[in-house]
Amino acid sequence: MKPSYQKAWFFVLPVLVLVAFNALIPMMTVVNYSVQETFGNNLFFWQGVDWFEKLLNSDRFHAALGRQFLFTGIILAIEIPLGVAIALAMPRKGVWVSVCLVLMALPMLIPWNVVGAMWNIFTLPDIGLLGYFLNHVLGVDYNMTQSPLAAWMTIVAMDVWHWTSLVVLLSYAGLVSIPDAYYQAAKIDGASNWAVFRYIQLPKMKRVLTIAILLRFMDSFNIYTEIFVLTGGGPGNSTTLLSIDLVKIALGQFDLGPAAAMSLIYFAITLLVSWLFYTLMMRNET
Amino acid sequence: MAKITLSKLRHSYYPNPKGPEDFALRDIDLDWRDGGAYALLGPSGCGKSTLLNIISGLLMPTEGRILFDDKDVTAHSPVERNIAQVFQFPVIYDTMTVYDNLAFPLRNRQMDEVMVKSRVHEIAEMLEVDDMLSKRAAGLSPDNKQKISMGRGLVRKDVNVVMFDEPLTVIDPHLKWKLRSKLKELHQKVRATMIYVTHDQTEALTFADQVVVMQDGDIVQIGTPVELFERPTHTFVGHFIGSPGMNLLPCEIRGGGAYFNDARIALEGPLISGGRGKNQVGIRPEFVSFGKKGLEARVKKVADVGRHYVVEAIIGDTSINAIVEQDAPEQGEKVHLNFAQSHTRVYRDGWIATQLPEAGR
Repeated sequence: MKPSYQKAWFFVLPVLVLVAFNALIPMMTVVNYSVQETFGNNLFFWQGVDWFEKLLNSDRFHAALGRQFLFTGIILAIEIPLGVAIALAMPRKGVWVSVCLVLMALPMLIPWNVVGAMWNIFTLPDIGLLGYFLNHVLGVDYNMTQSPLAAWMTIVAMDVWHWTSLVVLLSYAGLVSIPDAYYQAAKIDGASNWAVFRYIQLPKMKRVLTIAILLRFMDSFNIYTEIFVLTGGGPGNSTTLLSIDLVKIALGQFDLGPAAAMSLIYFAITLLVSWLFYTLMMRNET
Repeated sequence: MAKITLSKLRHSYYPNPKGPEDFALRDIDLDWRDGGAYALLGPSGCGKSTLLNIISGLLMPTEGRILFDDKDVTAHSPVERNIAQVFQFPVIYDTMTVYDNLAFPLRNRQMDEVMVKSRVHEIAEMLEVDDMLSKRAAGLSPDNKQKISMGRGLVRKDVNVVMFDEPLTVIDPHLKWKLRSKLKELHQKVRATMIYVTHDQTEALTFADQVVVMQDGDIVQIGTPVELFERPTHTFVGHFIGSPGMNLLPCEIRGGGAYFNDARIALEGPLISGGRGKNQVGIRPEFVSFGKKGLEARVKKVADVGRHYVVEAIIGDTSINAIVEQDAPEQGEKVHLNFAQSHTRVYRDGWIATQLPEAGR
């Protein structure tokens, strides 16, 4: 008979407790809030799925969701190809490898609120380096606090600056793991550079790219700090993405019920898209 | 197809090589006959893969030239040289089907689709993979993947040489034998020059007409499998080929004769005079027998390896292996060893120092 070690459960227990306290219990609290109305004083009134219904029919939510998808779509469309291109251009051996890797990792090491503050100062029309250059040297009318287009270009540029490195590092890791023999075989088979990319590098990078896209999707879909510091959601509501809107509802208006319902829907969308994407990408893997 | 000439090749992986120890290839002069089946045999790190990559054009030699049919191709790329190479680990294009994999080298050379089709089917049939042409290559077993890699090498009709770099490393033992005979068969069919790199003597001896044995960046002997076995010109070859390898006994040279433990050893022919260094008597275990008279030894170990017995006898602190078909002595028994004269030679500093009787006359 197979021996069973019931004691092993004790070793799993700390993790269970940890997960319970940092995920399950807060999540259940949110669920609790999402089906009730509260005015403080610990008074709760049963509300059912009312908040969910209202939210799903609200124009404000649709607009924020639309902006969120637009933002995530734009940064993915820029960061993924750009990251792969940079990774392809990086040296594979020699002293420059470490130099490149450190340079690439730098933006990721900067705290989010600092990134927001940096870009805020960087783009100030009269004293910021970029702002001054655009307005006074190139003569472009650029003011993030007045023009939604300028605000959007700035948040996109900031995210690309902050996070393309992640795609670069992951793609690079995928690239260097390709054995030399593949390149040599391709050379002997007379493959063009494009064919090498299409039939060797891209397929071999598929897994890391899947992870990169997933991470960038989740992170950008949940982005809050940088944009909050940089634009605060403005001008108007033009850069109010989901998370910024959520905080406005929860902390600005103190509507805890609707905010909780929104959190759950927000979470469900992130989960659903991630799951769909991962399943689709991995369906042909053995 | 072409005759391949390597002329005064030297290669170093260091930017400024100084002594001979910096060179992975020291001084290679070699002709590969058109249509021959060659094996490049040697231990890991002896430079055989380096030599292969230089022939294929993946590496540029530090010194020397490579000629295909007397035309200098040293500066040519692998594509220009029109060669094929199969690597240790199967290289297949994961996202393509088996058919597309085989067609890839042809399509890259803008061959007409009708021709591609007939060529791919021909090769697939030869390799017995025609039933999996529409399958995705990623899902194949390692031996089939390696077959596809070979197929990509053979699919072009006009390749100058097909090179195999230890292609059976990842193949299961029972399939190794099958794939090896398949290769031999393919060589007879396509008649392309083939170079097979391996550290496995069985693979080399079964595949090749000519075996090139390498050690430390030098070629030590080139010959047919029989020549390598019967008359190794270097102790390395004697030791590397054969199981167990050649026996080497320390000896003294006095008055034109070789003495081991003060017993004169009869040699195949006269000694080559001149040259100093360590002298050794070399004889293969297959040519050592037991008799009533001869060198007195004690049996240390007897191993039954199936077809025959390997007897390890000991004289002083020198052990000598003998292979006998039957009537193996017992462990601890006292025996008399006889050496077949025609296969007993002296090696000086590793190199053969006896002449064949005809040559000596």
